[in-house]
Amino acid sequence: MSTTGILEFLTIFILAIFVGNEVVARVPSILHTPLMSGSNAIHGIVLVGAMIIMGTATGTAQIILGFFAVLLATLNIVGGFTVTDRMLEMFKSKPGDGPPKGGSKSKSAEAEGGAK
Amino acid sequence: MTLTIWIDLIYLLAAVAFIVALKGLSSPKQARNGNLLAAGAAIVAVGATFFNPEAQFSSHTTNLILTIVAMVLGAVIAVPVARMVKMTAMPQLVAIFNGVGGGAAALVSITVFLQDSDSAAKPAVYTIAEVLLGLLIGCVSFSGSAIAFAKLQELMTGRPITYPAQQVINGLVGVAIVALALATLLTGSVTLMVITAVLSLVLGIIFVLPIGGADVPVLISLLNSFTGLAVAASGFTLDNNLLIIAGTLVGASGILLTRMMSKAMGRSLSNVLFSAFGSVVTAAGGADGTGETRQVKTGTPEDIGVLLAYARKVVIIPGYGLAVAQAQHTARELADLLMERGVEVFYAIHPVAGRMPGHMNVLLAEANVPYDELKEMDEANPEMATADVALVVGANDTVNPAAKNSPGSPIYGMPIINADEAEHVIFLKRSMRPGFAGIDNELLFNEKTTLLFGDAKDTLAKLVAGVNEA
Repeated sequence: MSTTGILEFLTIFILAIFVGNEVVARVPSILHTPLMSGSNAIHGIVLVGAMIIMGTATGTAQIILGFFAVLLATLNIVGGFTVTDRMLEMFKSKPGDGPPKGGSKSKSAEAEGGAK
Repeated sequence: MTLTIWIDLIYLLAAVAFIVALKGLSSPKQARNGNLLAAGAAIVAVGATFFNPEAQFSSHTTNLILTIVAMVLGAVIAVPVARMVKMTAMPQLVAIFNGVGGGAAALVSITVFLQDSDSAAKPAVYTIAEVLLGLLIGCVSFSGSAIAFAKLQELMTGRPITYPAQQVINGLVGVAIVALALATLLTGSVTLMVITAVLSLVLGIIFVLPIGGADVPVLISLLNSFTGLAVAASGFTLDNNLLIIAGTLVGASGILLTRMMSKAMGRSLSNVLFSAFGSVVTAAGGADGTGETRQVKTGTPEDIGVLLAYARKVVIIPGYGLAVAQAQHTARELADLLMERGVEVFYAIHPVAGRMPGHMNVLLAEANVPYDELKEMDEANPEMATADVALVVGANDTVNPAAKNSPGSPIYGMPIINADEAEHVIFLKRSMRPGFAGIDNELLFNEKTTLLFGDAKDTLAKLVAGVNEA
């Protein structure tokens, strides 16, 4: 990489810092957990990097390291998005929609209660 | 256009999607779509990487197969775990997924280092520096998250672990790592790199040990931000804009989020990280002069059931105890029963109730409590004075009036739910043990307070029976 190359990447890096700050500036506290979980999934994109180094890996050591890099990154990205979706799935009724559903609630409450 | 340009374009679109997704995750209405958008963008970007000439998959079939095997294996493990785990265990799950991400970034850096040291041309200094940064931050995030997981999963004590001269020793390890990293930078030695990695793992562990269970959520948020930075460093190493943007986004937003969380607890971030909170303030609590011999009033479920059944307005204040006891469904059952009798019921949610900010919202949402029955602290507090009963379920510090009244208290200044303004206060508690902050709660000794000891789920079930009989 040339020196101009690194400057370009630094520029992107610094701009991304501002975007990252701006984007979450006014998040309500009830969404802190899903936001943390969602951003946790987003950094799972390191999988792309893991794939690139795995593709070019030569020799046993590099292949083993690359294999685990891909494995761990997949855990991060797949698990991260799945768990975030599961959290957000629960915020179904939005304020103003009025109280929804009712029928199955007590049944599911008992089922969950017994499960513990 | 060449294939490389197409792939870079796809990466750019994915980066934009991540920004939009993060924005979406900050508003209740858009959050789920935001997450799905990010997931879709990730799938496209990962799919495109198979065709990325940099990865050279077309000429390395074995590597391609192994990559697919690792990905399938990862997905097969991750999906069921993420689907099945109990909502109460969500924080530790986020910790572990964060840790493996940091581990992946560290492994990427290590492998690049090995590839560089194999090649004849000596890499530029800043290339090694980027590799070392990714390695260092990734390792700290990995081992730190592992300890955070162990603390939350109660595989080890949640109390802060302290030892003499802790800050000094931790500082020395940090200095040693910087020195080793510099030496690695100058020599390009693989051995030195490995030692740096091992010491970074150690630093992650000793950094997390003194942080008490109540503060672990803030810590996870910080480690999440670290992993983002490690991923950004990997992006620099691999000249990959997507990794730089995604990693930096998470790094920057994570730090802001971490600060918002500690602010919600009325503390500074450095206080959370370096003060070994729980252990220090136990002594301070004793000095407040609240002796253990003081009398508290306990009630029977029947009495309290009657009180609840004939109240006009009941505010349920859930806390960590509700989460441990998995009592969210029983709490809803009680609330529904009271509402059927015409009692006005809502839940007052403290921003840091439970183990993660927003934890209570997630748990109660799981029990299908309608969103509009949940009130955030600022919305709930003006109504507390008109409430007949404040039913505190497994919460303690978040209703402790010491935060308002005693300037000497370690939690002084933390916003609380004004349970003390209600006409009656009912505490469902497991024991007289103080909350996470380790300080006594004056409200427990107040004459309008009644206690009911036991597991939150059991006591709530008894209250349901009590209300039914009333």
